[in-house]
Amino acid sequence: MSRRLTAGEVSAAEVTRAHLDRIAAEDGALGAYLHVDADAALAAATAVDESRAAGAELGPLAGVPVALKDLVVTEGVPTTSGSKILEGWRPPYSATIATRLAEAGTVLLGKTNMDEFAMGSSTENSAYGVSRNPWDHDRIPGGSSGGSSSAVAGHLAPWAIGTDTGGSIRQPAAVTGLVGHKPTYGSVSRYGLIAFSSSLDQAGPMARTVLDAALMHEVIGGHDPRDSTSIDSPLFGLADAARAGAAGDLSGVRVGVVRELGGDGHTDGYDPGVLARTREAVELLASLGAEVTEVSCPSFDLALAAYYLIAPSEASSNLARYEGVRFGLRAGDDGSRDLDDVMALTREQGFGPEVKRRIILGTYALSSGYYEAYYGQAQKVRSLIAGEFAAAFAGVDVLVSPTSPTVAWPLGARVEDPISMYAADLCTLPASLAGLPAISVPSGLSEGLPVGLQVMAPALADDRCYRVAAALEAAQDAARGHRLLDELPAAGSAA
Amino acid sequence: MSSISRDDVAHLARLARLAVTDEELDRFAGQLDQVLAAVARVGEAAAGDVPPMTHAVPLTNVLRADVVTPSLPREAVLAAAPAAEDGRFRVPRILGEAE
Repeated sequence: MSRRLTAGEVSAAEVTRAHLDRIAAEDGALGAYLHVDADAALAAATAVDESRAAGAELGPLAGVPVALKDLVVTEGVPTTSGSKILEGWRPPYSATIATRLAEAGTVLLGKTNMDEFAMGSSTENSAYGVSRNPWDHDRIPGGSSGGSSSAVAGHLAPWAIGTDTGGSIRQPAAVTGLVGHKPTYGSVSRYGLIAFSSSLDQAGPMARTVLDAALMHEVIGGHDPRDSTSIDSPLFGLADAARAGAAGDLSGVRVGVVRELGGDGHTDGYDPGVLARTREAVELLASLGAEVTEVSCPSFDLALAAYYLIAPSEASSNLARYEGVRFGLRAGDDGSRDLDDVMALTREQGFGPEVKRRIILGTYALSSGYYEAYYGQAQKVRSLIAGEFAAAFAGVDVLVSPTSPTVAWPLGARVEDPISMYAADLCTLPASLAGLPAISVPSGLSEGLPVGLQVMAPALADDRCYRVAAALEAAQDAARGHRLLDELPAAGSAA
Repeated sequence: MSSISRDDVAHLARLARLAVTDEELDRFAGQLDQVLAAVARVGEAAAGDVPPMTHAVPLTNVLRADVVTPSLPREAVLAAAPAAEDGRFRVPRILGEAE
């Protein structure tokens, strides 16, 4: 698309119009978007066309449309984080990644649906209704970035921004047949991302190819002085790594298969089809020259428990800012209630059940008498997990596992059972806790639904994720003669 | 490891400024008890001397230069507030009638 735009074969306005038409036709069924401003998108696209016609030197992405998860703050554009408590809020500033995408000339199509405050694995926790999986409208598109996965897989956007705290980019990408990458923690600015769990949150690309994901990552990544946890280090040729991987030679690349994530003795809760696709993908990597070994990381078994203490603890603190004073909803301010009561009523009416559960759990884990046994111990487990990653990476270049233990499940199946919902994050949590880069790339279908392979790498070695993922993608595309997404039932073709 | 009762949930909700309903208390107490039993597994780790990890990036004291930079205009911020008056946020009364 970028090449055709640059060559003038197609205008940005035409590309944008084509996506807006798809949204108008399909989003009623998919529920991917929370906000679309067609006039603003067309105006932005037309501005790109005009500067290109005037001979301006534009970047390769100028005129390419994009969708943003609705927790990316956008000046003047409604931003809700999937919550009633922010209904109608028009932020007075923009997130760094939104600014960088705009400066690259990309055109904002709209804001995508998500689990409220990114808490969930199915997008059913949104206060604004569910999003649906383009492969099967009765199934979840994953979460929390489920609006983004639904939009990109359904061709309602060429690519989108997601955010990943415990797997919220990778799992929705896996269950919709997309590529989704969680960058090294600190390598993409968090300035202007509505916070869930600050030591884990990271934004990243969701796209239909590995190369697209790498190109978007290069636009949004890099140091930002406005994020004090931003790493001041350059990004290493991500698109080049994707192109190198697609050439198909992995000789010398050492791949470790994590036993605790679906290996022998650790298959409870995994779909047999997911495990089969994972084995086949690993064999394919080996046939491309990779040296494959099995690696054991015993503490990964405790990642789920550690995560569901750390993330709710940080959330209970981060979400204290929604008190009905400075922005967002205020409820019950009728003159009869004092400040405390108005705050409690505002939060009661503004937050959905999963957010309340996590705030209460986090409050408990941080309370005196329980802090050491829960939050403190979870932080120690986090150290153990990071240590096991470091030990593993002494012997291998990347680690692989399934991305999600199962394919997309039917809507409603896990809503009233938090534990089964949380189990969806089993494979993605270790890299989240250690702050490491991890990508999900399609590995085939099981029961007619997409399966993803996860590739994890050491901090700042995101290029390895792109290289290995691109090699798998290219080899599978060549073997089947088309892309996996071409098998999407009634797939439409956007520009 | 302890379990979490309906009264505990009510107390925690009060601490967290959540005016939860009776129906929510019934539902959350059971669900949180299950979640707590699952996350209590962190206690199985032999992590005695292991230092806690608070963050993935070893950064300390990231400071910016001590210079004045522009902040958001007051009108833009107050425009997003649920209630504003005289160029300030307006809040409900803080003190009760008797105080």
